[in-house]
Amino acid sequence: MVKYAEDRRYMPSHEWAKLEGEEAVAGISDYAQDELSDVVYVELPAVGEEFAKGETFAVVESVKAASDVYMPMTGEILAVNTELEDSPQLVNEDPFGAGWFIRFRPSDPEEYQALLDAKAYEKHCQEEAERGG
Amino acid sequence: MSYVPNTDADRAAMLEAIGVRNAADLFRDVPEAVRFPELDLPAPVSELEVLRELKELSEYNVDLEHAPCFLGAGAYQHFVPSVVGHIISRSEFYTAYTPYQPEISQGTLQSIFEYQSMICALTGMDAANASHYDGATALAEAAVMAVNVGRGKRRRVVVSAAVHPEYRAVVRTYTQGAGLVICGDDGNPFDLEALVELMDADTACVIVQNPSFLGYVQEPSTLRTLAKAAHDTGALLVISADPISLGLFAPPSEYGADIACGEGQALGGGLNFGGPYLGYFACREQYVHKMAGRIVGQTVDQRGERGFVLTLSAREQHIRREKASSNICSNEALMALAAAVYLTALGKSGLRKVAELCYHKAHYAAQRLATLPGYELHGQGTFFHEFPLHCPRPVQEINDYLLNEWGIIGGYDLGRNYPELANVMLVCVTEVTTQDEIDTLVEALQDIEEAL
Repeated sequence: MVKYAEDRRYMPSHEWAKLEGEEAVAGISDYAQDELSDVVYVELPAVGEEFAKGETFAVVESVKAASDVYMPMTGEILAVNTELEDSPQLVNEDPFGAGWFIRFRPSDPEEYQALLDAKAYEKHCQEEAERGG
Repeated sequence: MSYVPNTDADRAAMLEAIGVRNAADLFRDVPEAVRFPELDLPAPVSELEVLRELKELSEYNVDLEHAPCFLGAGAYQHFVPSVVGHIISRSEFYTAYTPYQPEISQGTLQSIFEYQSMICALTGMDAANASHYDGATALAEAAVMAVNVGRGKRRRVVVSAAVHPEYRAVVRTYTQGAGLVICGDDGNPFDLEALVELMDADTACVIVQNPSFLGYVQEPSTLRTLAKAAHDTGALLVISADPISLGLFAPPSEYGADIACGEGQALGGGLNFGGPYLGYFACREQYVHKMAGRIVGQTVDQRGERGFVLTLSAREQHIRREKASSNICSNEALMALAAAVYLTALGKSGLRKVAELCYHKAHYAAQRLATLPGYELHGQGTFFHEFPLHCPRPVQEINDYLLNEWGIIGGYDLGRNYPELANVMLVCVTEVTTQDEIDTLVEALQDIEEAL
């Protein structure tokens, strides 16, 4: 059963962002990891790099696809999940927790409000699944 | 039986669709007079006669079995043990294309895996791919890979002027349209340290050939300085190295290279009129996801037994599509196999012996040639199996005389690529060159001065 965590917001391209004080954490959704199947590699950005909302900040490779991962909000990278280097399967096992991608400092916290909440995102995923991905 | 699949009715339908009456109408644009010219061909002859005639024609060629050769410049004559030809002529190998299916390709996959392992042992790098077309395209892929390691944000590729001129041309051709700045190779080919000044935050990599195109082995301390300068700005050090030289000199890993590549023809490939050749390619582990081409990996099957598969294929075009960083989905499997068999036949000490023979014979030749009046070594330092020799007259003139009067293939005319090196010949000597051949060359050059 695909989960839609309610304590964070989503991009239609399946990234999530979660605010933690002045900082934010991002990763890909449970729906996304389920669609990708076994993740074998995650290419992460360097700490200190800055990305605009919608820019590619990571690439996730699974046994059947390589997909760009887009920045949910404009910001500067503060930390990356180095655990993913040796254990990319964390993305499959715990996409909302241990499978996080980056911690960043959003330059405009208002952008968070423009993201989809869990309900809207779930609806979006259902529509996408009905259209056949 | 007809081998043409379309019928007369099919053809009539096609002609009607494009609005012409018959196939001859398609050639109306060709003037009538030249449409079916009278061909001035000799009368038919038997197979035996054809063979005789072709054989006679082929004997006009100068070949390495009859002519001592001092020409290298990227393609090298080495002894190829007969086992190489025997193994690569097995139909299981020479008919096989890229082995997609591990279920039926274990032999080919294993041979590629062993080739990769040997390239890693030779270069000191962590991972090698299944090979590229030749040394030049391997180097171009290295430049592209370095740009990708820099996430496409670093657009500058610094190249030493002592990199093979044709490789530099291929790097430019390969990357045209990508908006890269390729610079540095208008400088002094003997001054590697000058490249440090050219590296900035926009630099993706610095490319050096070792031994250089001019034959010299680059100073390890200079290379380390270059590696440090590259790494300090976040760029990679790419080394293009002759693989035989690695039997004797330090591997690229020892002086900080991130990518090692080069021409693998010397490893059991023969000269073959210029191809097929072999581009070997290896890098440090941290960059393996950016490496182009096929990679064969070792794994275990359901029963826990060792097996081989294509691995890390999410890098490649069939998965990554338009986002793939390279369109290379193939390799030079047969030549990679030749290299693996060659290296296996020689072993570690055998390869060192070949490299030592090259080195000592080349130094004997340099020493003898430098005693001739008007001849001297150009530049200084350690060289491997090639050295630039300053001559008293144009290299082309010398080479014509050597070939026509003495049946000797002379060295490469460096003036062709380096105007400042007019009258400088790049002389190559390998383990197959005999002392007698070197002495004859010396004698022939003396003869030229008397004759011309």
